[in-house]
Amino acid sequence: MQYSEKVMEHFMNPRNVGVIENPDGYGKVGNPACGDIMEIFLKVDNDVITDAKFRTFGCASAIASSSISTELVKGKSIRDALQLTNKKVVEELGGLPAVKMHCSVLAEEAIKLAIENYLSKKQPQS
Amino acid sequence: MRVYLDNNATTKLDDEVFRIMTPYLTEFYGNASSLHLFSKETTDAMNGARETVADILGVSPDEIIFTASGSEADNMALRGIAKAYRNRGKHIISSSIEHHAIKNTLEDLRQDGYEITELPVDKNALVDLEALKKAIRDDTILISVMHANNEVGTIEPVEEIAKIAKAHKIIFHVDAVQTMGKIKVAPKETGIDLLSFSGHKFYGPKGIGCLYWRNGVRFAHTLTGGNQEKHRRPGTSDVASMVGLAAALKKAVANEDEEYRRESELRDYFESEILKKIPEIVINAKDVKRLAGTSSVTFKYLEGESILLSLSMKGIAVSSGSACSSDDLQASHVLLAMGIDPKFAHGTIRFSLGKYNTKEEIDYVVTTLTEIIARLRSLSPLWNEYIGAK
Repeated sequence: MQYSEKVMEHFMNPRNVGVIENPDGYGKVGNPACGDIMEIFLKVDNDVITDAKFRTFGCASAIASSSISTELVKGKSIRDALQLTNKKVVEELGGLPAVKMHCSVLAEEAIKLAIENYLSKKQPQS
Repeated sequence: MRVYLDNNATTKLDDEVFRIMTPYLTEFYGNASSLHLFSKETTDAMNGARETVADILGVSPDEIIFTASGSEADNMALRGIAKAYRNRGKHIISSSIEHHAIKNTLEDLRQDGYEITELPVDKNALVDLEALKKAIRDDTILISVMHANNEVGTIEPVEEIAKIAKAHKIIFHVDAVQTMGKIKVAPKETGIDLLSFSGHKFYGPKGIGCLYWRNGVRFAHTLTGGNQEKHRRPGTSDVASMVGLAAALKKAVANEDEEYRRESELRDYFESEILKKIPEIVINAKDVKRLAGTSSVTFKYLEGESILLSLSMKGIAVSSGSACSSDDLQASHVLLAMGIDPKFAHGTIRFSLGKYNTKEEIDYVVTTLTEIIARLRSLSPLWNEYIGAK
């Protein structure tokens, strides 16, 4: 099993690592027993994601998937960000080994959970 | 710097062994089963290799069967006994920490109607002897337990198991792939009926294994073909590899005690250094007799593959007990059988030292590892939760 250069690059130099204090959106998925946990933090301004950060416990592809997903949603509107799919994550990474596909699914889930969290907080006010 | 710490997976072929093998890859190519003049050197070399191995093990040359791997030897032993003794019974006892060569073969036999009992182990991966005694039944035909575990290095009490097996007239097979050439293995003295090992774990060539089958134990073939290896293992004899295995074993055994001492010291130094420099780590099976070069370390709140790949980027080769690097997403069955929490089992790395490793290399590994663990932990939500809660 070999990783693409892009996966290794994002694994060794992950973008957007860290936390956002009082995030507008927050999502956490995964399970330590399975070896993966992803945490996504979003800062949203006028329904546009102005910042995204992550923390991940997991393998190289889990870390790379989190890194690329935060890159993909940053600067996007909530509506556009909701279009993110695991397929897109895999494509952007230059492919993932078959046994690692679940990492891209996890990244999609974490982003969507963070967006839902933002939307759920927003609703009562509107 | 390039540092190879994956010697339990395979070792570098010894230069001297390679030189001894070379003529049988080039000059002497006659089929060892032929009768003409071209087979003289190969037949002699094959007989010589068999005698060398037999001498080292303290057994008779006709009890030695060359195979293509340790896995094949394991397969032949389990399937052969199952077949030869099926009229006596269909119950086999093994342990929960065996190599996949044993585990998957037994699973296959289970599909064929054999009953398999997997013995539990304690937190140090030692097989439970009381459980063994309780598991024995009238229809038990075979006990198969490894000599030392490949992941954590624990050396199993094969002498005691042999006594129990003998008292109940049960065949006893030992997978000695990790111990041969590293610690003394004496099947006759110990009371082992079948023993498997392979050449590439002690600086011999890959693609050659060996099975000791005690005379008196009924044989049943699992491969059919020509009459090589006394009709027990067909296929044109790989004389160069047989010669290589014998030469490598001879050399390893001659330096066994000295190398055991040297590797233990190097490993102890490695472990004391990382314990000083890296918080929240556990050294597995630290307090039991284990292989000199094996160090299994659990780095809490991290996943093994990310450590393995980061080390690899810095020129260091290790192996991960985490399944994330294989096709199976479960954490290692050995670590789970030892009762290690699955969330920590995933963060386990096996460092396996060999005869070519130096103290300078270990120092480089300690420094590099310390930096990598700190970097990966800064990314880990589990680590941050742990630090936050402290």
